[in-house]
Amino acid sequence: MSAGAEKIAVTVSEKVVLNDLVTRFQFKRTDGGSFPAFSGGAHTVIEMKDGDMTRLNPYSLMSNPLTPEFYEVSIRRDSEGRGGSMFMHDQVNVGDEMVLSYPVNLFSLDLRARKQLLIAGGIGITPFIAQIKQMSLMSGNFELHYSVRTKSLGSYVDDLTDQHPNNVHIYYDDQDQQIELEHLLSGQPLGTHVYVCGPKGMINWVRSTAESLGWPESSIHFEEFLAPQSGKPFSATLAKSNVTVDVGEHESLLEAIERAGVDAPYLCRGGACGQCETRVIEHDGDIKHHDHWLEDEERACGDKIMPCVSRFEGKTLVLDR
Amino acid sequence: MSNFEFPSSIVSRPVYGTFEARPGHSHLFIADAEGAAAILDFAGSNQSVMATSHIIYIPKDCGDKYVKQLEALNASQLYVGPTYPAAMSRINHVLANAHMGIQIYLSGTEGLMSETRTAAMAAGASLDSIQLEHRGSLSRRMQCVHCKGITEDVITDPYVCSHCGLNLFVRDHYSERLGVFQGVRVDAEDHGNVPDAVELYK
Repeated sequence: MSAGAEKIAVTVSEKVVLNDLVTRFQFKRTDGGSFPAFSGGAHTVIEMKDGDMTRLNPYSLMSNPLTPEFYEVSIRRDSEGRGGSMFMHDQVNVGDEMVLSYPVNLFSLDLRARKQLLIAGGIGITPFIAQIKQMSLMSGNFELHYSVRTKSLGSYVDDLTDQHPNNVHIYYDDQDQQIELEHLLSGQPLGTHVYVCGPKGMINWVRSTAESLGWPESSIHFEEFLAPQSGKPFSATLAKSNVTVDVGEHESLLEAIERAGVDAPYLCRGGACGQCETRVIEHDGDIKHHDHWLEDEERACGDKIMPCVSRFEGKTLVLDR
Repeated sequence: MSNFEFPSSIVSRPVYGTFEARPGHSHLFIADAEGAAAILDFAGSNQSVMATSHIIYIPKDCGDKYVKQLEALNASQLYVGPTYPAAMSRINHVLANAHMGIQIYLSGTEGLMSETRTAAMAAGASLDSIQLEHRGSLSRRMQCVHCKGITEDVITDPYVCSHCGLNLFVRDHYSERLGVFQGVRVDAEDHGNVPDAVELYK
């Protein structure tokens, strides 16, 4: 068990196919108890036992934050990825026992805002679903702009437009509908915060447009989980633990460390939270930084690595772990 | 430019800088007294910003010293008013109708900057959309911790609360939320034993 990530034994209680890409999973506690309440935007890390391999992937919780009876996540099938989503879609069924981490929120609403402007692309809708449920209970002032590929791939479009007809705006790619971002951002009243979750290009587009229109940094929020990228296998020596781990092609450094039985801290497993930051004692080769936690200077310096997403190519890598 | 070195001991005090140009579709300047000079200096190198600027200026004891120069900036709107309370309805109206992307520039006395910053935050502005540049008097905006009344432009320590009349010690304790320093009764334990007032803050 790792620092900062307490775990909950759960049983899959529902598996609902929403469309060709997205399936929703519901979990209940195996001991029949209640889940901890969470705040909209929180994620849980799902432990997937796939043969000899254990994957730990973060997914945004999209059930009602104040409903402690179950947790729900929606997972998009990613046939290009390392296989976590495929495992969930193809191998996991109702009745299976799994392990979830306690919820962690790296994408919470700033409740000082006068108005919340939510911008979602595709599966990026999931944290907003929990946030909207939370805001509905608090009569929060929000507006959702949700871009989807087609009507059939628009997960939760009908639910959202039925429940919040005046707050929800849907854009269909296949009908050439696009969010008129400059116009949208320019018209927001003072005290609005903007949140974006979706593909990297969309996140960058919203951030840079808001900045160029004079939005202060503290009013711009985004969440982008990076899936660990595959790469060439490499070895790393863990100085404190006095072991050397071999990192496989489709395995992350963090996963290899855990497989060796070494307790390493983590929270998001997606290069965002900073929890797994590890000191590099020695390296002869290139650290392949994939996170968006370290500053450019820290990367250049080469004395830190984020083992959840970053890799190494070269002769020796010695970590302070 | 303020040439006063603010003591580093007051960690609760805001950090005052020099106005810098930032992107934005509208720019709101609120200044009192010598604060006008900060706007003039900024406009000198950012003339194009003036077309989308609204300047609200309260000259106080500077009188007409800067008014002609401010007029010459050709800001989109210029208001010169006698007192802060007189300007308040305009300030609140501008803030209530402002959109995201507005840049707010406050200059002059600490009291003016404190009060307008509090008003801007109450209207939803975040701290990082507000720039502060100190100019002129070092007088303090003081709140009496006993009656909660606020006394403007305090230059001596101790001072007399303009609301309840107590003699108050000027503490180096600034409330960001209220935009005031704290004044505490100086003769609380020995009524009437009040040290001579010393002019500290010009």
